[in-house]
Amino acid sequence: MATLVGDFGNLSDAEDAAQDAVEQALTTWPDTGIPSSPGAWLTTVARRRSIDRLRRSSKGAEKTELAARLEQRLTEHTAFGGESAMDAIENETLLRDEQLRLLFACCHPSLRPEAQMALTLRSIGGLTTLEIARAFVIPEPTVAQRLVRAKKKIAGAGIPFRIPPDEELLPRTALVRTIVYLIFNEGYEASSGTDLIREDLCHEAIRLAGLVAELTPDDPESLGLLALLQLIHSRSTARVSPSGDLVLLADQDRSAWNPVLITSGTTALDRALRLERPGPLQIQAAIQALHCQAPTSDDTDWEQIELLYRRLTELQPTSVVSLNHAVAVAMARGPEAGLDMLAEPELASALASYSHFHSARADLLRTIDPVASKAAYRRALALTESEPEMRFLERRLAELG
Amino acid sequence: MAKRKVQDPMKYACLIYSDEKDPGANPDPQSEAMQPIMAGYMSFSEEMGERIQGGEALMDTAMATSVRVVDGEVVTTDGPFAETKEQLGGFYILEADDLDSAIAAAAKIPHAAMGTIEVRPVLDYSA
Repeated sequence: MATLVGDFGNLSDAEDAAQDAVEQALTTWPDTGIPSSPGAWLTTVARRRSIDRLRRSSKGAEKTELAARLEQRLTEHTAFGGESAMDAIENETLLRDEQLRLLFACCHPSLRPEAQMALTLRSIGGLTTLEIARAFVIPEPTVAQRLVRAKKKIAGAGIPFRIPPDEELLPRTALVRTIVYLIFNEGYEASSGTDLIREDLCHEAIRLAGLVAELTPDDPESLGLLALLQLIHSRSTARVSPSGDLVLLADQDRSAWNPVLITSGTTALDRALRLERPGPLQIQAAIQALHCQAPTSDDTDWEQIELLYRRLTELQPTSVVSLNHAVAVAMARGPEAGLDMLAEPELASALASYSHFHSARADLLRTIDPVASKAAYRRALALTESEPEMRFLERRLAELG
Repeated sequence: MAKRKVQDPMKYACLIYSDEKDPGANPDPQSEAMQPIMAGYMSFSEEMGERIQGGEALMDTAMATSVRVVDGEVVTTDGPFAETKEQLGGFYILEADDLDSAIAAAAKIPHAAMGTIEVRPVLDYSA
């Protein structure tokens, strides 16, 4: 897909071409088997198909010119083509660079974040409009409209398809990371265990985080994001019960955690920390790594986690970070210490309509003041729209009698 | 919409908005405070050179008259089209390869630090 955008310099035409190719793949591959380099196969087919289509509808010099350009690319491709390992690597690098170019265009700061996410998932993740609509729980026409508008802006306003030059790379990469993280969160927070599309969001986010980390190996935050997402995702299976309910970290079956993701996440984090420039993503990844390392819930190094959250509040002073810090304080030093922090008026008012704030308070109040705890669970319940979350809170309420 | 060739440079209008009542952003033209702003514009235009295709500074919105034709009749109103916190005070037409270059240029316009620059691609009827 990204390769095709390079050919066309235009997202809609490239999408049409890719769709053609995928259609052909669906009819051919079951008979012939999947080719050794499916990406290159698809690109070749898409180019051939486009040439056909352009010839059919050829009007104006531009289209003829485009057809000629595609044909040239195709010839080059076949000339160097074949199945050697070198070519495969070359194709992969080409594909990776072109995906990155597309990623930077989709995550261009002149687009709105919701459009950036939708475009990224559509153009790079290959999700359909319907799948994106389901993932974000918004109507399909809204997604379609967002995509149309964003694509028009990319073409009309001259948003370039390129990896930003060095002087812009840092801030632009930071924005891409934010979008990738948001995509992951949508997949993770919404995950009900049955909805595979949201699982798709997590996988795509991790893949994109890997691409970004490869592009910016000297930016420890890029490695930090990759580590963070892999470490969080390592627990996804254990986080959902067979009935689709949320399972708290403390109650999770740790043998169900994915050791491959934990290892690669920890490796990425180690590489990031060796660059000795800590940042919010690395700290969050370090917190996740500490959770992953504890053989049982009781073994969790809450002292260390509390310190990391304290550092995170300095770097990223948001109320949600303060909430997490308070919970870590409670785990390290007892519920009263955490509740004191949550009672801080500025924090309490900032988070008044955030359901996790009330459920965290409720958890800390359980043993100290069951009546107040139940009231807080009820408030959390009134503020959440997630069904698994609701079932979880109802269960907690029922346990208090 | 007509598709442009990748290599063609585009034209962008950079519309300069700021609060005309803010003496920091819009000091008296004769005053001392105007000097650094003027110097900023001089060096901007020197740096941009031929990429500046046009542009003007505008008198303030107290001088504006809004005109519309209603049922064939010309209706004029005193003042700008809309009362807003920041007003259009001038504009450039710049040539740039893509939106990134246009944004980079817009960020160098002195009023970007004292107001807002709206970057709008210019419609190219010849494409």
